[in-house]
Amino acid sequence: MEPLIESFNYILQNIINALQRGSFYAVISIGYSMVYGVLMLFNFAHGDIFMVGTYIGFGIATVFLAVLTGLVPPPVIFLATVVVTMFLASWIGVFVEVAGYRPLRQAPRASAAITGLMIGIIFETGILIMLGAKRLSFPPLMETVNYHIGGIYITNVKAMIIIISLLLMLALHAFIQKTKWGMAMRAMSYDFLAVPLMGVSINIIAPLTFAVGAGLASVAGILYGQAYPILDPYMGVLLGWKAFVAAILGGRGSIKGAALAGYLLGFIEIFVATVFPSTLRDFIAYSIILVILTFRPRGFFGMEHSTKLRL
Amino acid sequence: MRKIAVVTVVAFSVAMLFSSLAFAARKTIIKIGINAPLTGDIPKVGEGTKYAAQMWLADIEKAGGLEVGGKKYEVELVIEDNESKAESAVKANTKMISQDDVLAIIGPQSSKQAVPAGEVANKYKTVMISPWSTNPNTTLDRPYVFRGCFLDPFQGPVVANFITDEFGFTKAAVLYDVASDYPKGLAEVFKEAWEAKHGAGSVVAYESFTTKDTDFSSQLTKIVKSGAQVLFTPQYYNEVPLIVSQAKNLGWDGPIVGSDSWGSAETVELCGEACYGLFFSSHYAAAGAKGATKAFIDRYEKTYGYIPDDVAALTWDALRLAQQAIQDAGKITGRIEKDREAVRDALARIKDFDGITGKMTFTEEGDPIKCAVIVKINNQGEYEFYGSSCP
Repeated sequence: MEPLIESFNYILQNIINALQRGSFYAVISIGYSMVYGVLMLFNFAHGDIFMVGTYIGFGIATVFLAVLTGLVPPPVIFLATVVVTMFLASWIGVFVEVAGYRPLRQAPRASAAITGLMIGIIFETGILIMLGAKRLSFPPLMETVNYHIGGIYITNVKAMIIIISLLLMLALHAFIQKTKWGMAMRAMSYDFLAVPLMGVSINIIAPLTFAVGAGLASVAGILYGQAYPILDPYMGVLLGWKAFVAAILGGRGSIKGAALAGYLLGFIEIFVATVFPSTLRDFIAYSIILVILTFRPRGFFGMEHSTKLRL
Repeated sequence: MRKIAVVTVVAFSVAMLFSSLAFAARKTIIKIGINAPLTGDIPKVGEGTKYAAQMWLADIEKAGGLEVGGKKYEVELVIEDNESKAESAVKANTKMISQDDVLAIIGPQSSKQAVPAGEVANKYKTVMISPWSTNPNTTLDRPYVFRGCFLDPFQGPVVANFITDEFGFTKAAVLYDVASDYPKGLAEVFKEAWEAKHGAGSVVAYESFTTKDTDFSSQLTKIVKSGAQVLFTPQYYNEVPLIVSQAKNLGWDGPIVGSDSWGSAETVELCGEACYGLFFSSHYAAAGAKGATKAFIDRYEKTYGYIPDDVAALTWDALRLAQQAIQDAGKITGRIEKDREAVRDALARIKDFDGITGKMTFTEEGDPIKCAVIVKINNQGEYEFYGSSCP
């Protein structure tokens, strides 16, 4: 009986690990899918928008912790950091759309994709020039409490990451399904040629989409800073690419798909390392994804037309 | 069109001729190349390298130049950023050797760059001293490549012996970056040394990740479950804080031991109290140093505002080794190939060099024979001398 409980706990512990990792992939990959839905292109700068968002969060958190500690309880500081960071980071999204993608709206899609990579490099080196190559340590917004429940370890930070990510995705779902702006975004992803003729301007919907994606990414950045508190200008590259894989796996343009595939990616990565030697983790994990895509080239929820169209 | 091309070629040739004439007429300057990770994964290492080199240059300038064979020569540093990447380190070495005509190269620091960059230096017969690279391959079969520190095959057993003697443990776990030469090499050496002491299978978990990973939860969950008593992780300062905090959050309560890559000034700054009380093997301990070592530490701290880490101290020693080799060579002919060869021969002959990180004599391979130090991170976050182990 004992070893059975032990291995059950072991699996449960890894499920929690995977949920945390998957939350980041899910929230970030949604940003890719939203932009794809509206503009039919992947914003390759998204990983670096996440990075910039994390640095903004770092700045805001540092200032708020210095000014507000003692005046208001920590959860309020946390909430204020999230709200202000989200607001500022969405302007980064708007900037990327207006400065990077709008001038290339009529250009071949490949040019627009390359633009994303360029913007990403500009952000990375820009942060490098402004702040130097020194690593920064994200200040903890709350004291870590480690709970030990029946052989499983979970910290309040971990629980918070999982819960806030879910709440964010639910809020986004409500925004897209219930509001006028959300409806406009859905309409645009359905037909981006006819909808502008109905008086919904792409020049408003596109920056809005970028803003929402960047806002989400920046909250992911704050949470990331709590879980992995070391910031560097290239932190968004690998995470961005993996989230992009999740976006493809979920089906281009499908937000639900991106979220689910993000969690799936987290589970595959964690459990492959659990079962096989960890040296083979990425090799096996991404081979599995390759096999899935071979049999489902459109991903889980991709629409048929989306694979035929453009990039 | 053709005319323009001809004119351009002629103009270029004339310009080249003049510039080379001008070059020949200039007085001989001794150039020392510095190949350092100023940006990339471990910029603090690059900063320490640069600062130590600038301190050394300031000394030379104060003395009015470097005296070789009774004549004073002006010295210039050529500092190249290798971005902490292997390919950039190779490029930096090639550039410094072929374009800048450096007499000797100091760096790269980590084995990931030093192993491939050493290949280039050796091929073009230019002395390279890596202050911090502990992987045997850096100097193996390369007469022109030297180093300023001990090797992993020495460091691995030192750590294994220390853990055994200090704690009396018999089961160890290892977590390392499989994509980087230094951690991978050291993890293997440690495993071998540990199993030689405690029998096959005494390394109960041998887990890896790849560079840039930030989540080690599945590996650490495995390690916690394995029943290991101690965790050895030969990682750099940007990963150590993440590993330590994640391990604690997953219920790990044993000691975590590291290697000389922990020695950066930034480890404690990023890790905070979570790292207090942990041990690692290193080249020198700043807290409680004496003599020339203390003088160096005080001067560095006064100039740059923090206590120098082992990289800075080793870089200082490497530069002074290069200096002595140049002076021992006897004269600068101005013919770079010949001078480089003379410097190499002089460097190989150096005996009992009195460095701030210990006494050094080079072996045939260009590796110094010197002692290792076990450092404890004390409760003020300082690196304190705990014990030493000599070959």
